[in-house]
Amino acid sequence: MAEPTNVLELSDVHKSYGTGSPLEVEILHGIDLRLQRGEFAALIGPSGSGKSTLLNLIGLLDRPTGGHLAIDGQPTSGLDDTGLTRLRGRRIGFVFQHHLLIPAFTALENVMMPMLVDRGRPDAEMRERAATLLEQVGLGERMNNPASQLSGGQQQRVAIARALVMRPSLVLADEPTGNLDTHSADGVFALMREINVARQTTFLIVTHDPRLAQRCDRHIELVDGRIVADRPN
Amino acid sequence: MHPWLPFEWIAATRFLREGRMQSLLIIVGVGVGVSVIVFMSALLSGLQSNLVKRTLSSQAHIVLLPPEEVARPQRDDDGDLGPLLQKQAQRLRSIDQWQKIRDRLGALPEIAAVSPVASGPAFAVRGDANKSVTLLGIEPEHYTRIIALDEKIVAGKLRLNAGDTVIGIELAKDLGAGVGDKLRLNSGSGATDTLTITGLFDLGNKGVNARNVYVGLRSAQTLLDLVGGISSFDLSLVDIYSAETLAQHLAAETGLQADSWIKTNAQFFTALTSQRISSNVIRFFVGLSVAFGIASVLVVSVVQRAKEIGILRAMGATRGQLLRTFLLQGGIVGLCGSMIGSALAALFLALWQTLARNPDGTPLFVISVEPSLVFIAAAGATLVGTLAAFIPARRAAGLDPVVAIRG
Repeated sequence: MAEPTNVLELSDVHKSYGTGSPLEVEILHGIDLRLQRGEFAALIGPSGSGKSTLLNLIGLLDRPTGGHLAIDGQPTSGLDDTGLTRLRGRRIGFVFQHHLLIPAFTALENVMMPMLVDRGRPDAEMRERAATLLEQVGLGERMNNPASQLSGGQQQRVAIARALVMRPSLVLADEPTGNLDTHSADGVFALMREINVARQTTFLIVTHDPRLAQRCDRHIELVDGRIVADRPN
Repeated sequence: MHPWLPFEWIAATRFLREGRMQSLLIIVGVGVGVSVIVFMSALLSGLQSNLVKRTLSSQAHIVLLPPEEVARPQRDDDGDLGPLLQKQAQRLRSIDQWQKIRDRLGALPEIAAVSPVASGPAFAVRGDANKSVTLLGIEPEHYTRIIALDEKIVAGKLRLNAGDTVIGIELAKDLGAGVGDKLRLNSGSGATDTLTITGLFDLGNKGVNARNVYVGLRSAQTLLDLVGGISSFDLSLVDIYSAETLAQHLAAETGLQADSWIKTNAQFFTALTSQRISSNVIRFFVGLSVAFGIASVLVVSVVQRAKEIGILRAMGATRGQLLRTFLLQGGIVGLCGSMIGSALAALFLALWQTLARNPDGTPLFVISVEPSLVFIAAAGATLVGTLAAFIPARRAAGLDPVVAIRG
């Protein structure tokens, strides 16, 4: 049984591609990992080490080929696609490298989106919560701008607000500052840190940037599909 | 974002609005297709109903006649058939038990009106003029429900008491007679009667206007030596296109000979039918090309939006929600297209009506876009759009978010 304080629990997780074919490749070889509430961890490692694959598994965008994965103590192996989608939508927030807002919507509507797909229809509370978050990330005045008219740093702030709107237990950030200049990157990082402290939201940040990794509480290093180091900073 | 709108509707309309040119082009494309269908349907149904109306203005939908008399072959002592069988001449006879048959026919829901008719050949004589005519003995109150003779009276009125007659304008011209003049009728059986002309009709057909002479049923019975009898029933139907089936059914039921307007105007009806089939074929293919147009635009849109679809999936949108979002886009394109199409069709029809005119300046015939036609076009186009969106929608729903986000 999973500990209730474990936001994330992976034990002996494997991931292969081309299962059953002669070209079968195993990317992750038995990953064991636990993240507790309020942790701010960096996942580092060279290209091709399996970071993205691991992040996809943790984000429930993909399924492991072996092992056990639980989010908030809830095992995921028995869930069907809709079950996984719902769990992902409610418990996990995503911040991608390329911001990935939906250009047809305004900043506010992009932040509302996870709640909208979860509840089916917009309501006043959704709007309020999204507006408050946008104020917090410093974009209160731009909430009605179309997403496409915001700068890179602003878009990433909107993406962070969007990741938080469902009050998830875990936020997964894939190179969140990779596309930003140093100034914007610092701002975005500081914002995530602030939220982590204020809300006790767990963050797992994939990064190549040693400067950024230095500022996280925990380093998890992945090499060739295995965790080779896991140490507090 | 209106609070009562579901996510699927919001996303579908935003995606369409964002893809401006693409959406506009396909909606106009659908509109052109729908306008062809609506224009053609309105034109054709106007043309057909006009032709049918003209054809049926002077004939009953079904005429029931006494069965043909058949000569029965005689057998000799050995039981062999005689060597010669001569066809029997058909004499004017009454329908047996016609009152009972009339009541039974009147009770059938498919039949709108029944009118007994006593008709036969006669000569109309006035002064030196002598014209061969068809004498029709009718009960005006029943007959006018089949052929609107009362509306076709151009002089006098439709009054057929004993001693009255109503004749066509051509016959009146030939005989030099008018309302109030006397007319002598000699029937084939040798009976003679002198009648007063109470009205002149114009049924829109020169032959009918020159030939038909209407008298009261009783006068005709006396003249034709059919006392108490009738020679045929004229029927009008609720659904004129069921005439032939119903005629066969009635023939079997009553033992009478039943001639439907479809059989008596076989060539005309074949022309109508083939026109309808060819228009259906055209409609089908126009509909098909509209469907392909919508499908191809949405397939491209799914490819273009793969990343956004991936993000939506990551944020918790289910496959079902994405499937419905894209189905809705197809439906909306169909619906908007059908509105443009109906407006275009109304425009074409107005133009057509001003251009296609008789030499005297009156329209060739009246056509209008029925509200039901617009409704059917809208419903049809929405359905076609939704069906056409099915393949792209399934692709959108089936996208692997990992692959989609990575792009």
